[in-house]
Amino acid sequence: MKSKKQFVERLVHGVFLLLGLITVGCVLLITIYLVISGLPAIREIGLVDFLFGKTWKSTAAEPSFGILPFILTSIYSTAGAILLGVPIGFFTAVYLSKLAPAAVKTAVSSAVSLLAGIPSVVYGLVGMLVLVPGIRNVFDVPDGASMLAATIVLAVMILPSIIKVSITSLDAVPKEYEDASLALGATPVETYFRVSVPAAKSGIAAAVVLGVGRAIGEAMAVMMVSGNAPNMPSLFESVRFLTTAVASEMSYSRGLQRQALFSIALVLFLFIMLINAALNFFLKRDKEKG
Amino acid sequence: MKRTKKMFALAASALLAASLFAGCKSEDAKTVSTDGSTSMASVIGALGEAFEAEHSDVTFTYNPTGSSSGIQAVSEGRCDIGLSSRALSEEEKASGLTETILAYDGIAIIVNPENPVTDLSLEQIAAIYKGEITNWSEVGGNDAEIVLIGREAGSGTRDGFESVTDTEDVCKYRQELTSTGDVITTVGSNPDAIGYASLASVKDSIKVLAVDGVTPSEATVKDGSYAVQRPFVLVTKSDTELSETAQEFFDFITSADAVELISGAGVVAAK
Repeated sequence: MKSKKQFVERLVHGVFLLLGLITVGCVLLITIYLVISGLPAIREIGLVDFLFGKTWKSTAAEPSFGILPFILTSIYSTAGAILLGVPIGFFTAVYLSKLAPAAVKTAVSSAVSLLAGIPSVVYGLVGMLVLVPGIRNVFDVPDGASMLAATIVLAVMILPSIIKVSITSLDAVPKEYEDASLALGATPVETYFRVSVPAAKSGIAAAVVLGVGRAIGEAMAVMMVSGNAPNMPSLFESVRFLTTAVASEMSYSRGLQRQALFSIALVLFLFIMLINAALNFFLKRDKEKG
Repeated sequence: MKRTKKMFALAASALLAASLFAGCKSEDAKTVSTDGSTSMASVIGALGEAFEAEHSDVTFTYNPTGSSSGIQAVSEGRCDIGLSSRALSEEEKASGLTETILAYDGIAIIVNPENPVTDLSLEQIAAIYKGEITNWSEVGGNDAEIVLIGREAGSGTRDGFESVTDTEDVCKYRQELTSTGDVITTVGSNPDAIGYASLASVKDSIKVLAVDGVTPSEATVKDGSYAVQRPFVLVTKSDTELSETAQEFFDFITSADAVELISGAGVVAAK
């Protein structure tokens, strides 16, 4: 009887292990596939020419595959989105976590959740029909599809992740800290910014990194508002991102062009890995401190 | 007890055998698969529907992947008929593929309805897309910078447009969009934009320009007087015969009966 119990125990253990391995297997499969299909083009084009080449003409008679414009566009736009989105998200989170009345907190929190649930193609569509013509009129440029439009869309898109993760870490600050600060005569606002925020520092940093990850990996929405011409990045020029470079040409691509698209995906993958590593670093530090 | 078990086993094996038979039958079901050019969606969709209506047991599929993918799919045997909105290259023909021209598609040069320009020459269009003419006032329009809208690298429409205007690889696109619908929407929302799109998909939200004084229409595309046009090609394998159903479909869409359907989809039948 006992041995039967043990057997069931072991069986369940085995099944769970197998299920766990499916996830790991997927990650490994994607990684291996990306490396295998991404490397040939880099070898053929040359790593330096590929990463630092300034022109992308994938279907020209004499094609050139330089992805520096895409890399810089992705970095600049993400930085811009962080610059716009983080202050808004951060102060919203502090307000919702510490200052807002319960009713307001519930209402705004559900609005934020809803914002997170909107599909990216809807962000793109609204951007295309409202933001792009708006930029064209406000800044008096010939065409509104530009890096600025993409940056604004990204800034809005990263708000939910920044707000939600920040709120979680602000809520987790022990009440004793705040009570002590208040008892010593600090005003509530002083307490929140001098005590609560520093205590939740790692969690807020993780929120920002999560926002970076969301921004750099977004394809659909930015594709619809950025114009997609492979120019070097400039605020009012049409630009192409690492993600949109893959997405816009993949369907018709062939030969070296297709391989080069896989190489771009590999570069993007490395970026995301770096971001994940940073995220883990912040979260781990948070845990060790806690 | 033993007997019922035996009976059960017999019944089960009979069921299995039956299902095997059924499996065979469904594999035999009549299908026609097409794969390729997204520009051919409306015309091949109309033809497929009509064919299915006449032959209720036939399943017709169309996979909109793009001309090059379609050509690749047919050469790898993944579909019956490949659809391409450009003529096959010599290289592709040499690899054992046959082209049959189904229809001609005019590529319309489109601008915003607010734009006063109504007619451009082919040279002017080429110069605009090469970036030699950058202001609408140079071609009789308002004093505004021209915004060039095009399709992404590899698109059949882009390939068609660039080969007709002889601007391959030199177009200075402001925007490279991934579908005809996007091009039309963008041109419709920017008064200084110019774009190109399949004549079949043109809508009222934009204005179609005449090229060298010829307005694109079925008649002008067919008689060749409208310059910006390209063929819609059916691609088949030269050395392999089509399945009976696929051959039937092929004969139907290249017959005189299909002409009306083809023109109904906004393109000009080759027959």
